[in-house]
Amino acid sequence: MALETARLAEPLSIPEDRTQKATTKPAIQISHLDKIFLTVRNERVHALSDISLSVAEREFVTIVGPSGCGKSTLLKIMAGLLPLTSGDLRVVGAPVSRPRRDIGVVFQSPVLLPWRTVLENVLLPAEVQGLPQATSLARARDLLKMVGLADFENKYPGELSGGMQQRAAISRGLVCDPAILLMDEPFGALDAMTREQMNLDLQRIWRESGKTIILITHSIPEAVFLGDRVVVMTPRPGRIARIVDVPLPRPRTLETLGDATFGRLSSDIRRLLYSLGDAEPASEGGGLG
Amino acid sequence: MTVEAHSAPVFREDTPRPVTGLRLLLRTRPELVLAPTLLVVLLLVWQYGVIWLDVPAYILPPPSDVAVALWRGLDAGIFSRGGYWLHTGVTLSEVLLGFVIGSTAGLVLGTIISQVRIIEATFSVYLIAIQSLPKIALAPIIVLWFGFGLTSKVVIICLLTFFPLLVNSMAGFRAVEPERIELMRAIGANGWQMFWKVRLPSAMPYIFAGLDMAAVFAVVGAVVGEFVGAQRGLGVLILSMNASMDTAGTFSVFIILSLIGVLLHGVLKIISRRVLFWSGTGQNTHSTGT
Repeated sequence: MALETARLAEPLSIPEDRTQKATTKPAIQISHLDKIFLTVRNERVHALSDISLSVAEREFVTIVGPSGCGKSTLLKIMAGLLPLTSGDLRVVGAPVSRPRRDIGVVFQSPVLLPWRTVLENVLLPAEVQGLPQATSLARARDLLKMVGLADFENKYPGELSGGMQQRAAISRGLVCDPAILLMDEPFGALDAMTREQMNLDLQRIWRESGKTIILITHSIPEAVFLGDRVVVMTPRPGRIARIVDVPLPRPRTLETLGDATFGRLSSDIRRLLYSLGDAEPASEGGGLG
Repeated sequence: MTVEAHSAPVFREDTPRPVTGLRLLLRTRPELVLAPTLLVVLLLVWQYGVIWLDVPAYILPPPSDVAVALWRGLDAGIFSRGGYWLHTGVTLSEVLLGFVIGSTAGLVLGTIISQVRIIEATFSVYLIAIQSLPKIALAPIIVLWFGFGLTSKVVIICLLTFFPLLVNSMAGFRAVEPERIELMRAIGANGWQMFWKVRLPSAMPYIFAGLDMAAVFAVVGAVVGEFVGAQRGLGVLILSMNASMDTAGTFSVFIILSLIGVLLHGVLKIISRRVLFWSGTGQNTHSTGT
């Protein structure tokens, strides 16, 4: 514990304003966040180090990084599922200590309950939070229509393909109408074509619903295609290496994938990620990349 | 059915023609044909084997004798002490009472223990150790404590059915996928909602596997309890028939005992198909998966 306090007492100089969008107030505000795990063998693992990030309302931010860089940990901390070790995290101005109702989470795997129909699965969060049944039922049906599963509401998850299951999970994440949606590699298990289709769908859902979305991925094209900004993270301990603005116009289409700017941004990020992987391991205490 | 000569063998199929009758049955539900056929063959071998080899009937009676004994036992009056109905009724009520009480207790206790990690950590080693003890060895003491009547059998069966449910429900609650728990936390579920909406349904396949085991143990417990000390029941009937060298009678009682087992298993299977329709192993709850 002494170590943690020591870290907190000695803040690094971070250019604070580079993440700030002056026009809207931030949906999520993270400053100097550190996360240290204690493993079962009682060893300390420094998972996240000095993360500062501000996400504006209605913004779509994507996070890329090598596996094990702590990006899932960061998302779980934002979701209130894990405590942070030091630093500060605010959602719409308030500190987070437990899961919030205005945050929806979509996990890596769909995690649908196999004994519930698709509709019942989508309704689960509304049921748990005790929202009025009629309203949430109508909303769940709307969401299923939006993700193209209107005809499948009475099917069981086992009867659905992976892509359909993940779309049901996205509907479930949105059923309580959260202002913020956190997504942890939601399309990682899908084949390339389904994945592109899901990216297009997600962009449409985001534009129609006006949510703030933070999406974690290890696909660079996916990060660039979806994000207003791409946060690039370093390997463990996870730091923010760079935040890349994506000035591509919306709505982005499959043609965007062939756009010169898209290609340049993707290869820039790729080069950055590779250089981090090579350069980093020797100097642990060094500054930001 | 082409008769053309090919230089190389060609793997081909004619347009599939719908099959009918016995061939259809063999294709769709082979067990409906094959299992009864096997039974008939075995019975024939047994019947004529015993006659040809001149095996004495008190060692191994031919199945026809067993059938006659079974008929005689069932034909007797419902309350006749020599007939099967009375004894079957006694044994069946012991089995059902013991099974319901014992497995419910095991399930409830297993569930409670599983919900609190400290309690589970404290008890689980001992409970699993007790699980592996041959509890049937306690039957004489239990008859001594609870007498020759119904109670002692029910207690023995409770003891036997309690542990499969206890151990299996604990295993089931431990095996709940952590992703499901995390999902429930993320949507703000409280402990109660977590239990009813995720933990209990997730543990159900294990619980049904435990019930299946307990059903077998229940019949074993009833018979052993009756062997040790009872006035009525199929176990008593077996003992008295054995004493009078009525081997055909013993076999016929054995058939009734199997039927009780099959009945319990069947009822459990019907229930588990409804409850575990989602589990993929619903057909056979303790199958090791796909």
